[in-house]
Amino acid sequence: MITVLQTPPQNTVQDLGRFGYRELGVGTAGAMDGVALQAGNILLGNQHGAAALEIQTFPFVVRFDEACFVTVTGGDAKLDLSGQSFLPWTLKRVEAGQTLSVGRPAVGARVYLCVQGGIDVPAILGSRSTQLRGGFGGFEGRFLELGDVLKTGDGPMRHSLYGALPPGQRLEQLDPEKGIIGLRAIPATDYFRFPEHARHRFWNTDWKISPQSNRTGYRLKGEKVLPDKAVELRSYGVVPGIIQVPPSGEPIVQMADANTAGGYPRIASVIEADLWRLGQAPVGARIRFIPCDHAEGIAAMRAVTSYLCDLMQVTGLYQGERNTLSRAIS
Amino acid sequence: MLRDMAVEPGDGSMEQKTVPSLSMIGTRAMLFEAPGDFTLAQQRRIWALTEASRERHDVAEVIVGVTNLMLVFSQAPEDPEIVADWLLKAWDMLPERHIKGRLFEIGVQYGGELGEDLFHVAEHACLSREEVISLHHGAEYTVCALGSVPGFGYLHGLDPRIATPRKSVPSLNMLAGTVTIGGMQAGISALTGPNGWNSIGFTEISLFNPERNSPSLFAMGDRIRFYPESIDL
Repeated sequence: MITVLQTPPQNTVQDLGRFGYRELGVGTAGAMDGVALQAGNILLGNQHGAAALEIQTFPFVVRFDEACFVTVTGGDAKLDLSGQSFLPWTLKRVEAGQTLSVGRPAVGARVYLCVQGGIDVPAILGSRSTQLRGGFGGFEGRFLELGDVLKTGDGPMRHSLYGALPPGQRLEQLDPEKGIIGLRAIPATDYFRFPEHARHRFWNTDWKISPQSNRTGYRLKGEKVLPDKAVELRSYGVVPGIIQVPPSGEPIVQMADANTAGGYPRIASVIEADLWRLGQAPVGARIRFIPCDHAEGIAAMRAVTSYLCDLMQVTGLYQGERNTLSRAIS
Repeated sequence: MLRDMAVEPGDGSMEQKTVPSLSMIGTRAMLFEAPGDFTLAQQRRIWALTEASRERHDVAEVIVGVTNLMLVFSQAPEDPEIVADWLLKAWDMLPERHIKGRLFEIGVQYGGELGEDLFHVAEHACLSREEVISLHHGAEYTVCALGSVPGFGYLHGLDPRIATPRKSVPSLNMLAGTVTIGGMQAGISALTGPNGWNSIGFTEISLFNPERNSPSLFAMGDRIRFYPESIDL
């Protein structure tokens, strides 16, 4: 069990998301950086879709009531375990009664506190993710609060401690210049409703993530992009990554807690392989969209998948799982 | 990009198109938009296409919209054109799908604080508030699609005389159960929160409960009749 000793609002239980209920209007929710969550579960030997704590406001402090293995992935956070510091993206054994304090990351926006066996909250409609708007899933359908006690599931013992290189160091470097986060995007349905100069501006603006941004969506600040004429569209399906342009002319990128349907013109969509990068972009950061096509989008996803597969194999080697070793070699 | 993915510059409005429009949203979602007006006949063809799409092995989820649908693939298709061709053929071939649906009769407290945009709707329609109310409960509505938030139904059947554009400044905290009009669409808000549709009344029903066997009260194809429980002008 884990007891929350300190938390600002907005921290939640998340897994990889709730799929299969969008036809009832239930958005997926799930980790904003699914790659970090998966990596954490791989390091721990947890089940693929185990739930973790997504921490996006700091400082966040918990007490462990039993000994267990943990890892903190995602942003490069400062971690303090009862006076002893340790690094994100590494496995750590925690003793009963120890407290872990997670500080604001120097790089990135969100960190995942992954524990042996995962966070054990009831799966509702097939997922442990918090559905904030619906008020269900996660821990009582809400943000974590001081004094909340979370159960953990059963997970395997770890025989040696090791870490992972974060995806930012293993995957393609996209940032066009220092301090600007590059994200690949594919033109979407209403791209040509925007005049040439607006399209040009869309790709060439360094958009600033406004403070009115959260797990539902990021509002971007910059010079306006507007379609040739105002349109009222019929409601259509929305998936995370879609970039809509409301009448204000300032784009919104829909994120993990997006509604399942929307009505604003769609100029482009961030590719699935780069959603974790956006999930790690904090308020105030500048982002630039890089045009990309379908084949490039698929190739980018392959790179993410192979990063996770490599990690799984290396983890198997460290744990002395000979079967994994022989499979890896043969 | 798909060949017919977007309106080319100077091509006028999409509403005048006679062929469906297809586009990719990222690499894993494909949007199919039917041409023509928002009619029940067109929506029934979307339902038919939805049913056929669910049979496809590469489709993980289908998000039904208003005269459109989105396929969410289990993994990105290597060649989206093949799926696009299949959708176009199926659209041409499939007959309308009629869903019997259940009939819900829902009492509405019209006007008052919880229906504060009734005045605005009447003004926009150049009608009296009484006429707006009577046109609203004089029609039978059909649940075209569920979406946006858990359990919300997009309703077809609104009398065009009281169609009213969404508000430019959304209400910050509209109550769940608010009876609304958004453009040509009618609805009942499913959750309390910000909402850009016009409120004309209120009803006390719970549209969604994840603990129920069937979490959403409404299903696609259900019909709804409103009746006035009270009127507060």
